[in-house]
Amino acid sequence: MYDFDIERPSRIADAVKLMSDSTDAQPLGGGQTLIPTLKQRLASPERLVSMAGIDEMVGICKDDAGRLCIGGATTHAAVAADGSYPGLSGLAARIGDPAVRNRGTIGGSLANNDPAACYPAAALGSGATIVTNKREIAADDYFRGMFDTALEEGEIITEVKFPIPEVSHYAKFVQPASRFALVGVFVAKFADGVRVAVTGASESGVHRWSAAEEALSRSFSAGSIGSLEAPSADGLITDLHGTGAYRAHLVKVMTGRAVAAAS
Amino acid sequence: MTKVTMTVNGKTVSKEVEGRTLLSAMLREQLNLTGTHIGCDTSQCGACVVHVNGEAVKSCTMFAAEADGAEVKTIEGMANADGSLSTIQAAFQEHHGLQCGFCTPGMVMSAAALLKDNPKPSEAEVREYLEGNLCRCTGYHNIVKAIMAASGQDVPAVAAE
Repeated sequence: MYDFDIERPSRIADAVKLMSDSTDAQPLGGGQTLIPTLKQRLASPERLVSMAGIDEMVGICKDDAGRLCIGGATTHAAVAADGSYPGLSGLAARIGDPAVRNRGTIGGSLANNDPAACYPAAALGSGATIVTNKREIAADDYFRGMFDTALEEGEIITEVKFPIPEVSHYAKFVQPASRFALVGVFVAKFADGVRVAVTGASESGVHRWSAAEEALSRSFSAGSIGSLEAPSADGLITDLHGTGAYRAHLVKVMTGRAVAAAS
Repeated sequence: MTKVTMTVNGKTVSKEVEGRTLLSAMLREQLNLTGTHIGCDTSQCGACVVHVNGEAVKSCTMFAAEADGAEVKTIEGMANADGSLSTIQAAFQEHHGLQCGFCTPGMVMSAAALLKDNPKPSEAEVREYLEGNLCRCTGYHNIVKAIMAASGQDVPAVAAE
């Protein structure tokens, strides 16, 4: 690792100032992706601004609209233990391993937007709102592609607001070595329709599967998926773990499993 | 350089560290607590697991500066006050839960974190919890046995795979 300064502010305003004071600062969430990246010298910021000491960014509560509001520096372990949105807690409980979940944060995961990460599927599948120090961004406008988001330079995810669906589930087909999602599908049934978000499969990152959403909005059953064609393999990832066609098939299978298990 | 102060195995320590100094490096190189092992250095293997404020973390994937003010516990802090092996350590010895021993510090720290939250885990829960701790010798079976025994459960009931 190249060396850098590390700052540990206790307020969001101080973190924003520390970010803007430097020409090359980067926010540090739990570091479970960023630290390995720094070790490989794939990044060399001059300053890291740690979010871990900002109390106003840690914790889980419900707002007046009934949404689950999760501070950007809240760990996966805390979300897994919460349980008031079972589909989301179930997803958080299967990210990485226990020690990783004790450090990794929801804000860090969403800011990184790894194409095989779990949280982007939950945020997009729930129609969540990403709250930053500057603005609120709808999940539909937030994810821009692999490792790309609507975040601007120095912008920090302070909170994520999740509408809680009637039923939901995240079905994850793990790549056996990394335990990342080879394909993961988050299904959420709301009173006004169903959302289906797919991670791990596409070269453009997390995305919605609209044909499945329409079918499930008409009839919420695994059978509705069984009679659909698998999505097109165009633009899906082909690598040594599987072809695009294999991933397309998995999208359909995992969507069916998510619907069958939704509670 | 930044000055960090933390409690390690009950003792207050202060050290000057660089921003990039990992907690694992500080423990091993500045405090000479070499029981915390570096296996993969990529947060896969879990040999470096320690407790920070009571929670299991991979010390190779946390900066020392982030542990400022924290309570840290390493394998050196696991024995009983009289120096005898703790229940978990004794169970690893009794059930041959180690061969080369490289992964053992991380295994013991993860096991302690598991049993703190879940004192009577099922065999499946033990195996699931150890997802981030790799052992290349034992095939895990005797590690699982040791943790089941340390939790006061019947070891012969653990099925062989």
